[in-house]
Amino acid sequence: MRRRKFLGYAGAVTAAGGLTLFAGWWRVDGPGAPAPSGARPLPLTKMEFKLTDHEGRTVGPETLIGKPTLAFFGFTFCPDVCPTTLSDISGWLDALGEDAERLNVVFITVDPERDTAEIMEDYVAYFHPAIRGWTGPENQIARAAEGFRATYEKVPAENGGYTMNHTASVFLFDAAGDFVSTIDYHEPREFAVPKIRRAMKEETKEAT
Amino acid sequence: MKQMLFSVVAGLTLSLATSAAHAGSDAVVVEDAWARASIGTSRPGAAYMEIRNTGDETVTVTGLVTDLAKMPEIHRTSTDDRGVSSMAPAGEVEIAPEATVALEPGGLHAMLMQLQRPMKEGESFSLTLLFSDGGEVRVEIPIRSISARGPED
Repeated sequence: MRRRKFLGYAGAVTAAGGLTLFAGWWRVDGPGAPAPSGARPLPLTKMEFKLTDHEGRTVGPETLIGKPTLAFFGFTFCPDVCPTTLSDISGWLDALGEDAERLNVVFITVDPERDTAEIMEDYVAYFHPAIRGWTGPENQIARAAEGFRATYEKVPAENGGYTMNHTASVFLFDAAGDFVSTIDYHEPREFAVPKIRRAMKEETKEAT
Repeated sequence: MKQMLFSVVAGLTLSLATSAAHAGSDAVVVEDAWARASIGTSRPGAAYMEIRNTGDETVTVTGLVTDLAKMPEIHRTSTDDRGVSSMAPAGEVEIAPEATVALEPGGLHAMLMQLQRPMKEGESFSLTLLFSDGGEVRVEIPIRSISARGPED
């Protein structure tokens, strides 16, 4: 927890310092460019964590090697961003048609306290069938988030409960497990499907 | 003749009355309201709509009331440069004359905390917006699928 907080502060300082550079980068390369090197997720082959999918199977980064992957963090008690992201992804998968079967799509909870495997199973059932829900012990979720360079934080809510702040971007990896790009939350939807196709093309390149 | 004159006068009076009434919260029109279905009652729900101020004075939404949820509140989701999303109560929401405030996914939304019953697709519920001038606007909100992306898609 403390480490994450520290990472958060370090991130904030870096963000402030690099704001000018960042703005330039944003304008020059646009949101389609790879993330800045500091924030670039590790290749899946360099990540290490062990989670459980919504059907109770043990899963980890190695589960995702062999097919291109869409991965994102969220939680099922999230009323706005998460169902929106899940429905956006369901829409992209519908647009990909049968090609969607050539993808791994994983929704990793940042709220394992409430999101048990059973809860994840109930929740993902409302969205595209390709979407897998992953949960596990808090320390393993933390390791996963570190690998993806994602952040999350528990925030007390006024009604005595809590909510979670979290990275809402969708991460794209190729079939070899290398990071390709992110699809950011506010990005126009028409950019998403071409980006996914690009990640899938790298798979073909890899294969031939 | 007398009757016609009467109806003209009545019409004039009516139009004067309506133009006088179309100020403050009486000039608020709510459109495209929708909500997502919930799974049970343990998670908060969310509702979206466009709130248009057709009048010539600023109006302020001070709160929400519905029998569906014990704690309905307008919340704002914001996403920073690093892609981190957070959510917080938006407080009072001001709408300038002729302006529209959109409650839409990823921005402002009516957060429905402590649901009293599940939000079922195909049903609807009523939500009342409270304004600083004491006015109220009641909206009937259709509940769409949990994977809905907008008032219609």
